[in-house]
Amino acid sequence: MRRIPYLWTLLLLALAILLSIAIGSVFISPADLWRILTGWLSATSLSESLQTFAFIITSIRLPRTVLVLLTGAALGGSGAAYQGLFRNPLADPYLIGVASGAGLGAAVAMSIQWPYTFWGLLAVPLAGFLAAMLAILLVYFLARLGKTVPTTNLILAGVAFSAFATSLTSFLMLRSTGELRRAFAFLLGGFTQTGWNPVLTILPFLAIGLGFLVLSGHALNLLQFGDDQAQQLGLPVTRAKTLILVAASLATAAAVSFSGVIGFIGLIVPHVMRLWFGADYRRLLPLSIIGGAGALLLADVLARVVMAPQELPVGIVTALAGAPFFLWVLRRAKNQGYW
Amino acid sequence: MLKVEGLSVSYGQRRVLHNVSLEVNSGEVTALIGPNGAGKSTLVRAVSGVIPLDSGKISSDDLSRHYDLRSLPPMQRARHLAVVPQAVSLPPAFTVWETVLMGRTPYLNFLGQTSARDEQIVHLALQKVDALDLSERRVGELSGGEGQRVLLARALAQSTPILLLDEPTSNLDLHYQVSFMELVRGLARNDKLAVLIALHDLNLAARYADRVALLVAGEIKATGTPRQVLTPELISDAYHLTVQVVPHPFMDTPLVLPGK
Repeated sequence: MRRIPYLWTLLLLALAILLSIAIGSVFISPADLWRILTGWLSATSLSESLQTFAFIITSIRLPRTVLVLLTGAALGGSGAAYQGLFRNPLADPYLIGVASGAGLGAAVAMSIQWPYTFWGLLAVPLAGFLAAMLAILLVYFLARLGKTVPTTNLILAGVAFSAFATSLTSFLMLRSTGELRRAFAFLLGGFTQTGWNPVLTILPFLAIGLGFLVLSGHALNLLQFGDDQAQQLGLPVTRAKTLILVAASLATAAAVSFSGVIGFIGLIVPHVMRLWFGADYRRLLPLSIIGGAGALLLADVLARVVMAPQELPVGIVTALAGAPFFLWVLRRAKNQGYW
Repeated sequence: MLKVEGLSVSYGQRRVLHNVSLEVNSGEVTALIGPNGAGKSTLVRAVSGVIPLDSGKISSDDLSRHYDLRSLPPMQRARHLAVVPQAVSLPPAFTVWETVLMGRTPYLNFLGQTSARDEQIVHLALQKVDALDLSERRVGELSGGEGQRVLLARALAQSTPILLLDEPTSNLDLHYQVSFMELVRGLARNDKLAVLIALHDLNLAARYADRVALLVAGEIKATGTPRQVLTPELISDAYHLTVQVVPHPFMDTPLVLPGK
């Protein structure tokens, strides 16, 4: 029975990947996809039209799909971790200002006119990570009231900081020329960067961040009883919380660096997973990571088809779905006495 | 047994515990009494290691060995000493079984994987507090008395020789207060646990404690048997209220009555 949740979320993810590869300005049917795949596997040459499709897949669709997948995974995982860490159902990398902070860091790094190489690009998530850490510490201390962090304070401080960071980011973009202009859609969240370099660059950050989060499920379970009880049960609380915070911020920074600030995935996905499969963080974290990847892929597909041939920034799609959801959770949280 | 020597704690500039020394014997219940704000909860937290101490020693001794609890990391310490907090605002999501299983944390690897032996211990702990039938319920939905028993089971699952309880009876009705205290005393006797329990209700302390420690304004004013500590002079002085102490009508314990 315990494998069933994974089965469902993995099925959803597989479906989302398939759609993301098939749908775009040119539709590639599943039959053609299958032919290309078997052609590759058996190393036979493809027909001319299939070769065009194959080119589209390898150079455009696949890198984008993988980037979206990783971004969604990072947002889902870090969202679940922040919710557990702050014992707060409304913590989300976007709402608590971490994402905007990371976005600002990334924008600063980009405005230094990085060379478009692996090492040049590595500076972007790194700067994003440092800014994300600063952002989370700042918001946390602003929101803290004695020993607790009330939900309203957290969201207020997060939103205020978010506005500040976002306007700085906009300022940097407006006064820049050339390279940065291209990244305008960054503000709303969109996958305008292409090729494999961004994917390779964020991979180490993601692997470390999400890898650690998956291992910290038991610690997060204990923390749900409060810091005192967690420590009395044997958890070195300060160390555990710091490590989880760093890991979640690593993942957020990786997600934001090349995809921009995408809201609400980190809020919705862990919530839905919790509703469906329970709140055991040992399960919730991996499920939120898989679910986040699937959900963002679907949102990205939607962003591509709604106004085709034009593309919506995916942040618009997630906000359209996410903001009403946020309000619903807010109401529910209020009824359950979170604030 | 648990031994606390010269313990002092401050919150900022304010000294809340001053040179507290206390011994809790194995197989006995020691009640920690005192007016609100005297520092009972602080003492429990300090001994459990969640707040920093200004000075003092906390140690656990059994027949052959001596452990300095203050210098142990949380995981090691949690194998010697378990805490039963008040059962308020428990997270809604976990079942009773999952919650009690968390008591096994000090013996698990960093992934939190549990073994069949852990499950056995949890089963036994739930049985001891008579809460086995609650296993599948969510802790957020339990009544005060049920929740308190579940947290006791979680502490028992830690398999420690020392048990600290922080005013576990304050949210319970009369029936649950009595049955909970019976349970705690039975555990102390049968499992040879050293039990320190912070209590509001002086008459519960009188009836169920083997020894009583009176804490006033951060200092231990008296320790001894209930009869030695629950005297009109000591209690009136501590609580700034005139009290009378009379023999219990049908039990061999003192009974504290407020008023002239």
